[in-house]
Amino acid sequence: MLRNSETGFGWVTIVLHWTIGLLILGLLLLGFIMRRTGIDPALQFALYQWHKSFGFAALGLALIRTIWWLVERTPSPPASVSPLERKAARLTHDTLIVLGIVVPFTGWAVASASTLNIPSFFFNMIVIPHLPLARSETSENFWTFAHALLAYVALAMVAIHAAAALYHHFKRGDEVLTRMLHPAVGVSSGGRSARKRHDAAVGGNDR
Amino acid sequence: MTITINSAVKATLYIAFVFSTSVAKAQAPALADAAGSYRIASSSSIQFSVGQVGGGGGIAGRFAKFSGGFRIDGANIERSSVEFTLYPESVRASERRVEDFLRSSAVFDAANFQTVTFRSTRVRQTGPATATVEGALTARGKTRKERFAVTLTDWNRRSISFTIRGSIRRSPYGMDVGTPIYSNVVEFNMRITGQRR
Ligand code: HEM
Repeated sequence: MLRNSETGFGWVTIVLHWTIGLLILGLLLLGFIMRRTGIDPALQFALYQWHKSFGFAALGLALIRTIWWLVERTPSPPASVSPLERKAARLTHDTLIVLGIVVPFTGWAVASASTLNIPSFFFNMIVIPHLPLARSETSENFWTFAHALLAYVALAMVAIHAAAALYHHFKRGDEVLTRMLHPAVGVSSGGRSARKRHDAAVGGNDR
Repeated sequence: MTITINSAVKATLYIAFVFSTSVAKAQAPALADAAGSYRIASSSSIQFSVGQVGGGGGIAGRFAKFSGGFRIDGANIERSSVEFTLYPESVRASERRVEDFLRSSAVFDAANFQTVTFRSTRVRQTGPATATVEGALTARGKTRKERFAVTLTDWNRRSISFTIRGSIRRSPYGMDVGTPIYSNVVEFNMRITGQRR
């Protein structure tokens, strides 16, 4: 149940997937709002600090996710997925894994290169040191640009990724989305009927 | 005109200081000699700093525009008084973004509160050349009792200089933005020169 099987995801993958997903969407929204001018300056300062704390949390989880992704097997796609779709999915997933790490690193670089030298005080608990980057306006501007660009590329990838999952669920009626919601119980890569049988079996055991 | 007088005074003070420090710490003048009314000279400096978590840097700045005066009571030093105004709009810091933030509604709210004022209520001599000054500090429309430590550093017939230090907690004035990353305590370090009126 914790680990992935040949046909489905285990809880470790599922929980990491949705936690990181929520964090990334929240950070995109927070990042977008805090950068708007005309926002109350005290609120803006607070939002920046929340963004950094949640960003570090996202980075930590993304690193765990990547290690897990490297050491744990990846279930093969449902049989209904064509080779071209597999390639596209693989590319999207690889990109998301990389961006999940690179985007927060570029954010960390912004905080580190900034001439403001504002400490990163992770949820007001521990100080996370700056990356060893020279502090200058040029460097800060470069990393700000890189961070924003890559963050919005990540948003685009998330949108494609989510659209594909919804397409599979509602148009194709396959398991692509549902198997990221709860672990597959069976060993076979059967379709819906197989899942129904398992659900019934699990329900029976519960009593 | 004022500029030439100021720089002349500054030069005199500097020379006096260089000579006097090597011999002895500035000695307290006979009170009768120092008694009088003084205007705070623009050559004075009002610096402040706020520490940051993990050490290093913090926020440091100064105020370019201020005014005020003090009166030294010859008969009883404890009856001396000081009043002081500084203009947060004139705050200077390491860079523009910091200055704008300090002026903004997050800190001084300089648009709505043009001045920060101090009016002494009590002066207590603590040593031959030291005193504490207690008084009402008003910032952002809030007034509180604060205390500063004063040390005499130099004096002559026309002017007198002090260093003044104080640690002010900013939260009571509604300026606690940035805590706990930045300390709640602002350290003031002022070098005040008064010119006899
Ligand atoms: C997955 C993680 C992250 C995402 C999705 C994300 C997303 C964003 C977005 C969308 C913006 C606004 C860009 C703009 O419109 O200009 C932004 C800005 C920013 N981010 Fe992140 N961020 C993440 C992690 C981090 C981390 C870990 C840090 C620092 C420790 C950080 C620091 C910043 C800073 C300082 C800015 C403002 C740049 C500026 O105003 O100059 N971010 N982020």
